[in-house]
Amino acid sequence: MRVMVFVKATEDSEQGMTPSPELSQMFVDMGKFNEELVNAGVLVAGDGLKPSSHGKRVAFDGPSRAVIDGPFAETRELVAGYWLWEVKDMDEAVAWVKRCPNPMLGPSEIEIRPVYEMDDFAGLIPAEAAEIHDGVGEKLANR
Amino acid sequence: MAADETRRAIEATFRIERARLIAGLARLTRDVDRAEELAQEALLIALAEWPKTGVPTNPGAWLMAAAKRRAIDGIRHTRMRERKHAEIARELDNRDTSLEDLEAAMDDDLGDELLGLIFTACHPVISAEARAALTLRLIGGLTTGEIARAFLSSEPAIAQRIVRAKTAIGSAGLAFEVPRAAERAARLPSVLEVIYLIFNEGYAATAGEDLVRPALCAEAQRLGRILAGLLPEEPEVHALLALMEIQASRLAARAGQGGAFVPLTEQDRTRWDRLLIVRGLAALARAEALGGADGPYALQAALAACHARANRAEETDWHRIAALYDRLAEVTPSPVVELNRAVAHSMAFGPAAGLRLLDALGDAAPLRGYAPLPAARGDFLFRAGRLAEAKDQFEAAAGLTRNAREKAFLLARAASCEAPAD
Repeated sequence: MRVMVFVKATEDSEQGMTPSPELSQMFVDMGKFNEELVNAGVLVAGDGLKPSSHGKRVAFDGPSRAVIDGPFAETRELVAGYWLWEVKDMDEAVAWVKRCPNPMLGPSEIEIRPVYEMDDFAGLIPAEAAEIHDGVGEKLANR
Repeated sequence: MAADETRRAIEATFRIERARLIAGLARLTRDVDRAEELAQEALLIALAEWPKTGVPTNPGAWLMAAAKRRAIDGIRHTRMRERKHAEIARELDNRDTSLEDLEAAMDDDLGDELLGLIFTACHPVISAEARAALTLRLIGGLTTGEIARAFLSSEPAIAQRIVRAKTAIGSAGLAFEVPRAAERAARLPSVLEVIYLIFNEGYAATAGEDLVRPALCAEAQRLGRILAGLLPEEPEVHALLALMEIQASRLAARAGQGGAFVPLTEQDRTRWDRLLIVRGLAALARAEALGGADGPYALQAALAACHARANRAEETDWHRIAALYDRLAEVTPSPVVELNRAVAHSMAFGPAAGLRLLDALGDAAPLRGYAPLPAARGDFLFRAGRLAEAKDQFEAAAGLTRNAREKAFLLARAASCEAPAD
């Protein structure tokens, strides 16, 4: 199964990166952890995100589209980085997160969310869409 | 409930370490069975200890140390009973390394040991099918039951296959080491073959109700990624990974409504997994940068990439595909490659070109009873407007395939020869 692993933001991470020995050490530790993930065939993708002050939001309400500039207030709910992992189950994902070095200099949180898989959509595709699909198939078969 | 959670957490940690643990222990004992047993014993010790002490900072080294102590205890007991020499026990004690030494050694050797185990499990003295079962067992950590379900076989049959593979390793006296230079180059293809066989068993699902078994594909991709991490300089390793990532990107699109098979040209390409395509193209670029563009897997990955790059079926560069098949037919000549080459030429230069190549292929023995051959001939004939002949071919193909979904697809094509629209 594929999981998305979110590194949640902190007051510090929202300030951006200021060089320090602790930060350098964290990069070294995180580099080793990423290497372990690669060698175990677990890591599919991942990146760190700039503070929300570099971000924008688009708010939807009916036909209106309002652009809101960062930074955004609810720091602990913001995402500072993510990975996509291929693991056997949630237990394995948790075991991997537990051996991750603390991604922040102070207390922090990592959240694991399973990605929807093919089977999860079974029965969810509307009949209409299915008909369109079948129609396309027939047309091609009779081409 | 809390105890159950702790047990699951410990087992998950163990699963992460298991392959490397077995690799280290197999090299130590030269005995896969014993290595598996010792790893299992280490898990039992961890299940007893960790709830009290917490999971250690380096669980891999901890488990290895526990397993090694067990191994030494075992040797000591046997020797004591046999020879009753206390000195032997002392001598063995002296050889026991401290945890720190062990951790250092683990960091140095682990990749190497795991690679050694992979090369041993995939040794050509073992049949390809047994290699696949053993690799899934030792490296993938699948149970015999899971492997049996994956290969639509019975548990006793798979267990037997694994026993035979282990016996072959024992009687060949394999050392669980990574072969050097020239020998490594000679043995790498048998490793890649096993991983691709596992992938294809999931992707092509030659038998049974399900068209694809994505879990088996995921397992093969994982093995491929591990191997790419361990052998970053081998172009064909990256090429195989590229091939699997790109093919797997289509898994969701290959099964249509009700699980029916959807051929490549008719797939809804918006359902292709873009992330896997990007990964696959990057892996192919690495293989080519390492000078491996002409390798058999690199050529196949390049073919898969041609499809991946076309956002609509009509944009497919069939001339390039035909050229790649021409080259593949030279590098790895086989009737199956010739068959695919004929399909590519039919798409690039018309059905008559495809039929000419199939006629040249004649009645190649390896293709006798191979459903894709009449299916392809049927398609060429259909496109050439020779409907009655096409119908016979589709029906013949439907009678040959063991996959229920594919059979339904072929019968539908046969039926469409009778009442063509327009």
